[in-house]
Amino acid sequence: MKLSDFVVREAIVTDLKAGTKEEAIRGMVESLARSGSIKSADQEGIIAAILKREELGSTGIGKGVAVPHTKHPSVDKLVATIALSRDGVEFASLDGDSVHILFLLVSPPDRPGDHLRALENISRHLRNDNFCNFLKQAVSAQAVIDLLEEADNNQLG
Amino acid sequence: MNPIPTCTREVVVKLENGLHLGPSSQIVQLAQKFSCEFMIRKGERKVDGKSMLDLLTLAAENGAVLVLEARGADAEDALQAIAALFERNFVTDPPA
Repeated sequence: MKLSDFVVREAIVTDLKAGTKEEAIRGMVESLARSGSIKSADQEGIIAAILKREELGSTGIGKGVAVPHTKHPSVDKLVATIALSRDGVEFASLDGDSVHILFLLVSPPDRPGDHLRALENISRHLRNDNFCNFLKQAVSAQAVIDLLEEADNNQLG
Repeated sequence: MNPIPTCTREVVVKLENGLHLGPSSQIVQLAQKFSCEFMIRKGERKVDGKSMLDLLTLAAENGAVLVLEARGADAEDALQAIAALFERNFVTDPPA
């Protein structure tokens, strides 16, 4: 599984305007809806499900990264988007730091393996400091897409 | 000189969704309370059990066999506590 297989290019947000967790999640899900990868009618249900998941424990996994996610029956394959926040979002992360890189995932309920492999993929690349630093510096969706492809092809060293 | 205490223990993932973000963060938060080194091995791969990003790269599915390894003064206590998480299937709140 590659990042470019499940990150919806048209839904990438490079300048997320959100001060709170809820605003961040809302902005990202709305972007997925605008890209057509989830239906507008399902948008509110997906936002509610992701917020409910956050209540069980923050998906802010440290190092300025959060991976909000949910299963939802409205998708038949895993879809994800990336958002970058310049100012940082307060996310109640494990290490207490605000979040600058967000990966939001919506996966079909019957495919837990795909979700696990997407998490594996995302975290493997995030361990690479080059990937994290270049991602934080990306100012256009195209720059993010190029970076994802370089990461997929192991060109980041 | 006493050797540094080292312990290992085998556990099985019994979670329908595998070792996803929730249980992984429980492991990391618990492991960080101990001073010992703590690693988790799955097959040939060994990762830092105190690092979320490391742990998530294991992609341990339901049924996966993992080996917990701890090294340090409180190694035994750490493994006891972390193995107990697996044994109670990461359920945090006792049923009402």
